[in-house]
Amino acid sequence: MKEKKTVLNIRDFSVSFEQYERGFHKTVLPVIRNLDVTVHEGEMVAVVGSSGSGKSLLAHGILGILPYNATMGGEIWYDGELLTPKRQKMLRGNEIVLVPQSIAFLDPLMKIGSQIRKGKKDKASKARLDKIFEGYHLKEEVQGLYPFELSGGMNRRVLVSTALMGNPKLVIADEPTPGLHMDMVRRVMSHFRELADKGAGVLLITHDLEQALEVADRVVVFYAGTTVEDAAASDFQAQETLRHPYSKALWRALPQNGFQFIKGTQPYVKELPDGCPFGPRCEYCTAECQKEIAYREVQGGRVRCVHA
Amino acid sequence: MVLEAKEISFRYGKESRQILNDFSLQIESHERVGIVAPSGFGKTTFCKILAGYEMPDQGEVLLDGKPLDTYRGYCPVQMIWQHPEQVVNPRLRMREVLKEGDEIGEDIIEGLGIEEDWKKRFPAEISGGEMQRFCIARALGKRTKFLLADEISTMLDLITQSQLWSFLIEEVERREIGLLAVSHSMPLLERVCTRICYLEKS
Repeated sequence: MKEKKTVLNIRDFSVSFEQYERGFHKTVLPVIRNLDVTVHEGEMVAVVGSSGSGKSLLAHGILGILPYNATMGGEIWYDGELLTPKRQKMLRGNEIVLVPQSIAFLDPLMKIGSQIRKGKKDKASKARLDKIFEGYHLKEEVQGLYPFELSGGMNRRVLVSTALMGNPKLVIADEPTPGLHMDMVRRVMSHFRELADKGAGVLLITHDLEQALEVADRVVVFYAGTTVEDAAASDFQAQETLRHPYSKALWRALPQNGFQFIKGTQPYVKELPDGCPFGPRCEYCTAECQKEIAYREVQGGRVRCVHA
Repeated sequence: MVLEAKEISFRYGKESRQILNDFSLQIESHERVGIVAPSGFGKTTFCKILAGYEMPDQGEVLLDGKPLDTYRGYCPVQMIWQHPEQVVNPRLRMREVLKEGDEIGEDIIEGLGIEEDWKKRFPAEISGGEMQRFCIARALGKRTKFLLADEISTMLDLITQSQLWSFLIEEVERREIGLLAVSHSMPLLERVCTRICYLEKS
């Protein structure tokens, strides 16, 4: 088999926020600590983590649209080269597209049609948009409306359409489907899958493991700002093929796999333990877990656990 | 107790389509009923009618044989919504949000894993999973007799989903609260419910 080209390679990525507490007293919140993801051509990779774990920051970091008080660390490689702010500016919206989490990302003062076509008026792009909209049950009139005139679900479909307009090499979909019906979710997901099958790399950021397992090739498990495991989607068929205790706990919590839960909640960024963030909830936790833990290869995947 | 929806028909305004048509369902206190229906069936609308937020065009909602709107004060049928962030007042601290419920006991707060520190925060300062815990607690007031859960765990991760449901099942069993659960996930409903209704578009 031919080695597939790596589209995106993120190493040791971190994001922290500066916050003012009481007057001029500053604190630094490390929201993402160790994040490692790679996406190859034609591959769909899902980053799965619970809400509030800082997943969206990953998307914004790749595009260079983090807020001003955020500091980024680590390296992002795109298409074999380091992704600098200058390249980010050039590539975003062209080769790299984002399907954002919030419908507030649409320009409220621009009509839907020209917004998605980016002002282009030629026949080809019009025909293309008509076809995409048809597939999403959006009438032609919608193109002449403003975002506020559409329902939440319609705006959501408009956002997804933006990714299908060009020929992106990397699609970042940040929770693209909340508030949509199940049938529509499946359709949206199948379109991302199609983009991947045509050769693009797709990075799907979601909290929904079941949804991710249906479409993705690989799943990266994200917990409290750290990627704890990188596994093939097929590894989730059984608990034994998973590597990290947190991924195993997720597996056991599936209704069809026992519906068991572990106590506690994901730690808040200010109260993160040293070493493994899952330590306090983990039955295998030892003194070693409180040190820095390497992300190493185990059985074809990667894991950040000393016991795996 | 018995909660009964009798031949309910409903649509929003005159121009929209008919959402529910002659729909009936009966739930008893010891039951946990699951509803599976295609999208657009009107599951959320049905919950809103059962909880008294909407009046049906035809048909009625009866609690122990009496129309629900004859119960004054606290409504014994409480609903938990799919999007918690849309049903809490953004300008109230979470402590105040809890007070909107009917004397929420400390055991409920503890059982749902709500931490003391979260109560001081505003809704924008906690995560969706944390907020849904508050919303569940708020619906579990002293006089609640029936609970409607409309896709309450779609935005949660699996572990939180399983935590919250395990607590809910235990609580409604102990207090003999009837439960109606709406979800698109069959495995989930099979775990949670004592009876499942498969509905098709009329």
